[in-house]
Amino acid sequence: MLKKKNVKLFIKTEVDTAKKNFRDPILMAAILGVLAVVFLFILWPLLKITRESLFFRGEFTFDNYFKIFRMSNTLEVLWNTIKLGLVVSVISTAVGFLFAYAAAYLKIKTKKLFNAIAILPMISPPFVIALSTILLFGRNGFITRGIFGMREANVYGFHGLTLVQTLTFFPVAYLLLVGLLKSIDPSVEEAARDLGASRWEVFKTITLPLMVPGLANAFLLVFIQSIADFSNPMVIGGNYTTLAVQIYLQGIGNYDMGGATALAVVLLMISITVFMVQKYYVDKKNYVTVTGKASRVRELIDTPAIVRPIYIMVLLISVFVGVLYALVPIGAFIKLWGIDYSFSLNHFKYVFDLGMKPIRDTTYLALMATPISGILAMIIAFLIVRKRFIGKGFVEMTTMMALAIPGTVIGLGYVLAYNTRPLVLTGTATILIIAFVMRSMPIGIRSGIASLKQIDPSIEEAASVLGASSAKVFTSVTIPMIRPAFFSGLVYTFVRSMTLVSTVIFLISARYNLLTAAIMSQIDVGKIGVASAYSTILIVIVAIVVWAMQFLLSKFGIDASDLERQE
Amino acid sequence: MKSPKRVLLRNLNKTFITSENNQVVAVNNIDLDILPGEFVTMLGPSGCGKTTTLRMIAGFEMPTEGEVFIGEEDVASKSPDKRDTAMVFQNYALFPHMNVYDNIAYGLKIQKRPKQEVQERVQRILTMMKMEDFAKRVPAQMSGGQQQRVSLARALVMEPGVLLFDEPLSNLDAKLRIHMRDEIRRIQKTVGITSIYVTHDQEEAMAISDKVVIMNNGNIEQAGSPQEIYQHPVNEFVANFIGRANILDAQIVSVEGNKGVISVYGIHYTVNLQKSYQPKDEVRVVIRPEGVIVGKEDYLVHVDKSIYMGNNHEYAVEFFGKLVEISESNPAGKRIYQTGESMNIGFDEDAIHVL
Repeated sequence: MLKKKNVKLFIKTEVDTAKKNFRDPILMAAILGVLAVVFLFILWPLLKITRESLFFRGEFTFDNYFKIFRMSNTLEVLWNTIKLGLVVSVISTAVGFLFAYAAAYLKIKTKKLFNAIAILPMISPPFVIALSTILLFGRNGFITRGIFGMREANVYGFHGLTLVQTLTFFPVAYLLLVGLLKSIDPSVEEAARDLGASRWEVFKTITLPLMVPGLANAFLLVFIQSIADFSNPMVIGGNYTTLAVQIYLQGIGNYDMGGATALAVVLLMISITVFMVQKYYVDKKNYVTVTGKASRVRELIDTPAIVRPIYIMVLLISVFVGVLYALVPIGAFIKLWGIDYSFSLNHFKYVFDLGMKPIRDTTYLALMATPISGILAMIIAFLIVRKRFIGKGFVEMTTMMALAIPGTVIGLGYVLAYNTRPLVLTGTATILIIAFVMRSMPIGIRSGIASLKQIDPSIEEAASVLGASSAKVFTSVTIPMIRPAFFSGLVYTFVRSMTLVSTVIFLISARYNLLTAAIMSQIDVGKIGVASAYSTILIVIVAIVVWAMQFLLSKFGIDASDLERQE
Repeated sequence: MKSPKRVLLRNLNKTFITSENNQVVAVNNIDLDILPGEFVTMLGPSGCGKTTTLRMIAGFEMPTEGEVFIGEEDVASKSPDKRDTAMVFQNYALFPHMNVYDNIAYGLKIQKRPKQEVQERVQRILTMMKMEDFAKRVPAQMSGGQQQRVSLARALVMEPGVLLFDEPLSNLDAKLRIHMRDEIRRIQKTVGITSIYVTHDQEEAMAISDKVVIMNNGNIEQAGSPQEIYQHPVNEFVANFIGRANILDAQIVSVEGNKGVISVYGIHYTVNLQKSYQPKDEVRVVIRPEGVIVGKEDYLVHVDKSIYMGNNHEYAVEFFGKLVEISESNPAGKRIYQTGESMNIGFDEDAIHVL
């Protein structure tokens, strides 16, 4: 009886909220719009992929799966992907922890520099590290050939890929771990010291055990990024093929959509599973929330025996990353890397002769996507945190899961879903902008949710009691209060869009070519200098726009440190 | 149980350098002698140096100058793990990844004590704290009060020469705070351990201590028993800091031994003198609000504020250009004066303390 009553009450509550929402047409429109966007551009493509993989000549069958696993190299590709993911995650987590420990525990002066170096790979085009690794260790590499005179140096493959992915993804681990380390209450460690534990014993019995969930978290997040990574394996993988690349080769290279979609489903399943484990198991285990806010500032360690070795390691890695970034613009001005190191503008001339189109297209599309993604992310964050509506769980879940969906998978999904009526979008600017928005929005939503949760809803209630409509409340109260999250979302969207590869590689056409694709094809044909020139231009554009955005933001009274906090 | 240790601070100084490169003296060359088994509270406003002093005794801060003796040993340069101290922290600082048993056993395990001994000692402490049923719980499953008991047990099990408390009760609610402070005092008396306790709550300090050390601006203003501190504060700061105080001008009329007659706005009182004075000396006197007698016909004053509190009645009256606070206990059946009315007051001679 009681249960029946509950069901009745539940239905009544839901109907009542729906009624309440209906009385507010703007809110209703926003909810319906968000539901449509999330369904059409995140879920529907995935459903199309799954459907395509399960049908062969119009019949339901598992043939596609049998077929790909009968192919000799599929298991190898699968193993390649997982092995790379495991190795890169372990090393990245270790390096990230080292950086985080140095930042949170040690008394060193160059922290800002280390911090900048650690964040650099997150905002740079994905090729930069791969490209400069080739410049250093490739067949004509400065170190391999220039210094050691090796003729047959082969950076392409597992080792090169491990190096490049580690340097690209360790910041993910760093940012997560530094936050956790800083929130450990120093008095917990002091208590251990006071009870007779030496520094090393404190680290072993307190700090490290407390960080286990965080380390697992970092490991899984890097793993998701590593197996989803398309551009690095494409550029520097050589014969070492991973799933993300294989999906592309199968679909675009061999025109085998059945096989490609089956592979995509396999990759998607791995990513989603790992993501679920991370989200619903590891994340819940965090101790830091238990110890609460740190009660006092940590006494930083200044014992040379501890500081020096860590400092040296962190410094070496930072210098190495710094050199890698410096190499690309340098490489762009070198006549023929590895053979003739004289200054030359040939590569830039070549780029300009080839045409400014990819540069113009990419910048234009990224600028279009930026406000759309920024505003949409804030609307969705607002609806999730503040409103009750049917489908809220679906929106929250899907947008969060979108973080774990590999770019190649969603790109393939767009090709399948939007090349036939009623929505023919393939090859248009629209689909590229949609891809940009969908790839950057989830991060914006997350930071929007985080900042909204900090704000007492009664402030918004006060506005609506004073007569503001829901749209007015949102624009006049909510957005101004969460503007750091909003603006960091804008910056992130632009950077991400300019540097996106995996999703859009399926969507570019003669009408719209993108910078990243141009860089990739130049590396592919061995024109490393031209690729460097393109990359340099890309970095310059990103730097100018980000700087201009920050300049504008400072006019609105938001300083850059707000943005950093959001990251 | 090991024997409790004496703690001796000699010329102890801690000077910090701020980010603007200014020097801030947190602890200003203090001397303090804490006897074995004594319960000493360091009390003062925030920033007075009490916590810094405690952290220098524990070893978390290095003194800029001076010596810290624990027992016979100068420990000033030793790290915290090498000192015979155990500390109870304000925010409990329990290890969140360990259950109660492992939290308490931690220090003993670090000392690599035999398993048997660890078990026995932890068990004994759990029994003493009446926490046997909590052994398997983790900190997140316990209330603040319970966590603080574990924190105390974790320190006590080490049988340290000195037990340190860093505002251990300030995160608890008022009722629990009183319960816990009685508990701490009971256990301290049972085991007879030297204890140094930092708090900014003067009532707590009065209730718990053998000796109260009042600190201000890095200096020790006064050290003494709770009665001494309350009844015979050495200066206005101490008088105002501990309890409420009316501080009034007076003159010495005559002196005879350690007794003297003083004049407070024309009315003569015979009082005890702590120091030697000459007739006609201008002095200041401290009179606690409960030392003012309503109805004694020494002065006629106007009532400025009148608040009924249940167990007592609080007045503020205009007294020669100053406000004097009065606390009349047990107001039932007594006449209540309203704001604006006149009333007669006088002072209880035993309650007048000449500074």
